[in-house]
Amino acid sequence: MLDFILNGKKCTSQLPPQSRLLDVLREEFGLHAPKEGCGEGECGACAVLVDGMLWNSCITPLANVQGKSVLTLEGFRDTEKYKLLEQCFGEAGAVQCGFCTPGMIMAAEALLRQKPHPQEAEIREAISGNLCRCTGYNMIIAAVRMAAERGAGLW
Amino acid sequence: MEDISKAVERKDHRLKMSGRAEYTCDKRLEGMLYSAFVRSEIAHGRILDITLPDLPAGYVAVGGHDLYDNHLPVVTDEQPVFAVDEVCFVGEAILLLAGPDLATVRRLCRETKVTYEELPAVLTLDEATEMAAHYHYRKGDVEAAFAQAAQVVEETFTTGYQEQAYLEVQGMVAQWDAENGKMHVFGSLQAPYYVKNAVMRVLGLDDEHVRVVQQVTGGGFGGKEDYPSLIACQAAAAAKKAGAPVRVAYDRREDMTVTTKRHPSRLHYAAALDAQHRIIALKADICLDAGAYPGLSGVVLQRSVNVAAGVYKIEHLDVDGRAVITHTVPNGAFRGFGGPQSIFAMESLMNHLAAKVGMTPLAFRQMHVVQQGDDTVTGGKFHQYVPIPDLLAKVEEMSAYSRKYAAYSQPQTGRYRRGIGLSLFLHGCGFTGSAEKDILRARVILRKYADDTVEILASNVDIGQGLKTTFSKIVAAVLDLPLERIICPNPDTDRVPDSGPTVASRSLMIVGKLVERAARKLKAGWESGKEQEAVADYEAPELIPWDMDKFSGDAYPAYSWGVNVVELEEDRLTGMTKLLGVWGVFDVGKVIDNTVMLGQAEGGMLQGIGYGSMEKMEAAAGKIRQNSFTDYMIPTAMDTVPNQIAFIDNYYADGPFGAKGAGELTLLGGAPAYTAAVEQAAGKAYPNIPLTPERILAAEAK
Repeated sequence: MLDFILNGKKCTSQLPPQSRLLDVLREEFGLHAPKEGCGEGECGACAVLVDGMLWNSCITPLANVQGKSVLTLEGFRDTEKYKLLEQCFGEAGAVQCGFCTPGMIMAAEALLRQKPHPQEAEIREAISGNLCRCTGYNMIIAAVRMAAERGAGLW
Repeated sequence: MEDISKAVERKDHRLKMSGRAEYTCDKRLEGMLYSAFVRSEIAHGRILDITLPDLPAGYVAVGGHDLYDNHLPVVTDEQPVFAVDEVCFVGEAILLLAGPDLATVRRLCRETKVTYEELPAVLTLDEATEMAAHYHYRKGDVEAAFAQAAQVVEETFTTGYQEQAYLEVQGMVAQWDAENGKMHVFGSLQAPYYVKNAVMRVLGLDDEHVRVVQQVTGGGFGGKEDYPSLIACQAAAAAKKAGAPVRVAYDRREDMTVTTKRHPSRLHYAAALDAQHRIIALKADICLDAGAYPGLSGVVLQRSVNVAAGVYKIEHLDVDGRAVITHTVPNGAFRGFGGPQSIFAMESLMNHLAAKVGMTPLAFRQMHVVQQGDDTVTGGKFHQYVPIPDLLAKVEEMSAYSRKYAAYSQPQTGRYRRGIGLSLFLHGCGFTGSAEKDILRARVILRKYADDTVEILASNVDIGQGLKTTFSKIVAAVLDLPLERIICPNPDTDRVPDSGPTVASRSLMIVGKLVERAARKLKAGWESGKEQEAVADYEAPELIPWDMDKFSGDAYPAYSWGVNVVELEEDRLTGMTKLLGVWGVFDVGKVIDNTVMLGQAEGGMLQGIGYGSMEKMEAAAGKIRQNSFTDYMIPTAMDTVPNQIAFIDNYYADGPFGAKGAGELTLLGGAPAYTAAVEQAAGKAYPNIPLTPERILAAEAK
């Protein structure tokens, strides 16, 4: 039994403390936005925010989030910030197959929380732990930039 | 009417963006069992005995003996669904175990004891003798041309494996409906009817009793052309035996170890030049490593030999291609499909020949490029306008290639040296030869409902390339309807006709044309408020007939064209490179959506540069060594620079609104442009890719 905050609500996991956070999210709580791309922390498809920091949930033991606040795309997608990102990702063509997208959005959110007006190089670095095989990244970078430009006051 | 190229938000954007898209790994069925494979641990051997542990209640094991027919149909049918007597590569499936708890299933797999008699294994292309396919064609009088040559230059090139590295690994869910004797298969795939036909054959079921549904698919790049048929058959066999739904879900290491990849190759070229430095004759000897079973290797090889001379007009040609069998993982389809190997070799050869005769790579190319009306290498014709001069003019304007090439040709000193490379390439759109006409015979149906929404019924899938959007735009444009009125669901073979697989840059050009024709029919008979249907069947354009035995005629109905330029800085101390600029100009006919097409170009070019530079994968003793994203590196956001990309309008009458094939073309030029830039910076020739820093340093040391 382990308590943490999931998408703003207190919750208790019944799984063993060494369970992968990704499995806890997907299997116990039915949150399917975080995806498994590699299972060893290389691709970022499973990325979530833990107390505002970008973590790969596939290499995070459940015990490490005890008492912490975990945010997945499901807990973010009803916000104004998300709606702007959705529009900008759409306009920039930043989503192709979509499998890296939930992790990519969390990476963008983690960056913009810290730096509402990032330089291109900072965006590149911020998403460099998230692999994408479809887009070649530039359209994602353009999308994040667009959101930063239009998002006055949101972040 | 608004220009169709104007970008729209993708049809599936909000679904994918919000994390609500249901990929195969998200599919949950009541009572679904999890599964794991018992696989060969050796490259070649006879299976003497298989001893299973006691299976708890609710757990099953399936193998070749459980199947109606253990032959997997992929062009031919040499590959078994499960190895029974003999294993031919490390990782070949022997059994699939399924049950309610995944950890238990995995333990049972580990406890299964397979006893082998090891047999000699052929592990490299150089040792291989058995051929999966062989094609040979000649043009002109090659011997006489070589005898007259002022200069003969020979060179051998090699290329490595390339892994598709789709972010979503392979997966399939099968559900057996015992009451109706029907198999339902849901999965990540490019070719619903390939999967359906395979399951029908392997389980001995008829057309009515197998249904295949595409789940949202997280990238394919060719890797989900033929491979999903295999795991669909395996999952279906387990589901039938267990009487419960079974999920096959690879993890990344398993996926990279056992799924098909781009064929490693060795290409030997000999060029005969006359006194004016013109290539008068060319011999190419191309060898692809097919892996353990032929699979798609024959058709991949057809494309390798067809583009062996690149975009160049050479009077006398002798091209011999072989795909050879080794005891390694079977190779298959990957964006470009045999083209990238030949284009890399030919483009590199052009650079090396230019250097030999003291010309610039560009001027030497311009002496040889094909034009409209010229013969193709197989005696077909370039029927349509060949826009190479336009592509070159545009890329020159964007990149200042010639000025930079001249500047970097001056002696450079110091630790960091610069170079710029250019590649020219073409891609034959659609299947090679007459397969569209003789085998596929694609059909598309448009169904209009009483509320005047129109549904597109086709078996082509959106795997990220934007097909739902481009298909829908075509229908919306013809019918002058808002895009929201067009529905394009994921294909379900119970509902959609067979319009062929999503491969070979055919979906938009060939099937999209059927979509357009069906829409025009629907428009002609349009009655608002009424349910109506329109059907369009494939009609072959007038071409020079293809003869597969003689390897002659029009191999493709149309060609797409491209040029890439890569500028970089090489660190002589570490062998690392830093990209300074990447440019691409493409002719894909008429662009159906600017943003969708830009996405194809951005992604394809980076895959091409990755292929030429960092994506290293090797087999050691028959086992893939780089089988994870830790060891097999694909480019990250830090490895890219802002690209500059442009498209030339070149209307193609047999494509929808003038569109041609586009998806594969964009990958072809990255590797040769990259290596050419490194060659200029380093002042050395590099005939082997991937050109990793280690390889650059090794050559520096010589």
